[in-house]
Amino acid sequence: QLDFWLAPRGLGFPVDIRVPFPSLQPVKAHLEASGVSYSIMIEDVQALVDEERTQMLRSSRQRPLTTNTFNYEAYHTLDEIYDFMDLLVAENPNLVSKLEIGRSTEDRPLYVLKFSTGGTKRPAVWIDTGIHSREWVTQASGVWFAKKVPTPPGKDSCVASILDTMDIFLEIVTNPDGFAFTQTQNRMWRKTRSKHAGSICIGVDPNRNWDAGFGEAGASSNPCSETYHGPYANSEPEVKSIVDFVKSHGNIKAFVSIHSYSQLLLYPYGYTETPAPDQKELHEVSAKAVAALSSLYGTSFQYGSIITTIYRASGSTVDWTYNQGIKYSFTFELRDTGRYGFLLPAKQIVPTAEETWLALKVIMEHARDNMY
Amino acid sequence: RAMELPPSHFLAARAAAVALGYLCYLRGGPGRGLELRELRRARRQDIDDVGHKYYLELELEDVLDKDRTVTCTAEVLYPLGNKSSAPDVQVTVQGELRSTEEADQEFYNRMRSLEKELVAENIPDSHGNVPPELEPIHLLARVASGYLIWQNSTENTKFHLARVKRVKQVKRNDEDLQFDYVVLLHEMVSQELIPWEVTVLWHPRRGARVSRDRRQTGHGAG
Repeated sequence: QLDFWLAPRGLGFPVDIRVPFPSLQPVKAHLEASGVSYSIMIEDVQALVDEERTQMLRSSRQRPLTTNTFNYEAYHTLDEIYDFMDLLVAENPNLVSKLEIGRSTEDRPLYVLKFSTGGTKRPAVWIDTGIHSREWVTQASGVWFAKKVPTPPGKDSCVASILDTMDIFLEIVTNPDGFAFTQTQNRMWRKTRSKHAGSICIGVDPNRNWDAGFGEAGASSNPCSETYHGPYANSEPEVKSIVDFVKSHGNIKAFVSIHSYSQLLLYPYGYTETPAPDQKELHEVSAKAVAALSSLYGTSFQYGSIITTIYRASGSTVDWTYNQGIKYSFTFELRDTGRYGFLLPAKQIVPTAEETWLALKVIMEHARDNMY
Repeated sequence: RAMELPPSHFLAARAAAVALGYLCYLRGGPGRGLELRELRRARRQDIDDVGHKYYLELELEDVLDKDRTVTCTAEVLYPLGNKSSAPDVQVTVQGELRSTEEADQEFYNRMRSLEKELVAENIPDSHGNVPPELEPIHLLARVASGYLIWQNSTENTKFHLARVKRVKQVKRNDEDLQFDYVVLLHEMVSQELIPWEVTVLWHPRRGARVSRDRRQTGHGAG
């Protein structure tokens, strides 16, 4: 009844085994007799499991009844975020609605929140978070943005004025299969969870699967790679659903896709060194957005085109949206610069969301004031 | 002949990460973690038959003392061709780093007097938490990772310590503390997480040195 947590792979590789109590003595005796050295990593697994269960029961008993009692300073499960969305819609029926734009590979709903004060297909801003599942501060920030939008103005009449003429679409968990996987199996999972013929490896990089320079240098054709572009453009339902939404809406004017980490604000292109025709304007907007972000806590961001600032990347989201004519296409890489990386402490969620929101407002205002 | 690079350019950022790794190895410890506050200036020079050299001006901060920063100049030379050769790094730190003598001694005494060797996993945890008593262990992992980053970087890579997967203290007969780590290094360009075994020896006065390292095969995230 031995439970291998790190299976045997070959000579010289370590093996991790959870040993049930009755088997402890026989296993030790066997290892010692065979001259296999071992060490105890966890004395009592049951104690850890009991402790975790207690903690989880404690937090689930405190299920929030309103979005005012929701804890924005903590990371949440997929179910908690989906419950939050329903609460937000229920509390703001005249402003917020929830759209299902598709289903993931594992058949999870892909939800987008729509913030609108009326009109028909007004010019719109799109924001997505969590396309790469391990970038947890992004989904958490998305939740905070969602709450921020309907929160009564006073200090923030800017948002009200944006909503006078524009709609906001917000997809908080853009990759729910990956997100669920980071909670249950592997905190560092990045891709989707699709299976592909001819490989045991799972998942496609959803930020290499778009139809802009698809398959060119800047993505991998190896299904086991973290930047695998997939068998063909839009193969991933998580990507295809957004493509279909954007095309059928036809009036999106700004598109922001949010990642972590590195503290960067990026604009097209990633797949080519040819500068985007609107490079000068995008650079100026970026400078303004970054200055606004930095004004709150002094967090410093670099900005520039994807290919000069971070690396060559083909098939990326904002290259596609830009080529569709959405001029104000930006990608953020949020906190930090590597000290915690993907494992950003929960107490940094709210400061990160607050400062990022200032940058988002600059972009939204610019789109509003420069309609095309 | 040295070309100015915008500090936002990825080549400048990658060279800065190498300089930071080297500095973390040299000057870091269980009481001191260095982080890059700002890359102020970068220049690049192609040296025929030798390699590519970067001249950097950096502003660094001590993660435990963020109000203070220290300026540093660095030269990073990536050698041509031979991939198994580490970049050559020269650094000059202007100004004083906060002293960690007391904290170092206290950590040293605590580790030496443990009845059972320290064992820990997943630092930070999924929510970014590091228990206070494990913070020095986390910082020492940054020292070890600094060595790995310095030794294994090229112009096409940018490494950061993503997580300590596992750490085990090993009792020694001499005066050094020994920690056997398995760290996960995040490589930015490929986005891969690479598990790496690394053994660090540390002494409050002598500092840290990596005695052994081995890249593990397979995914850290797979």
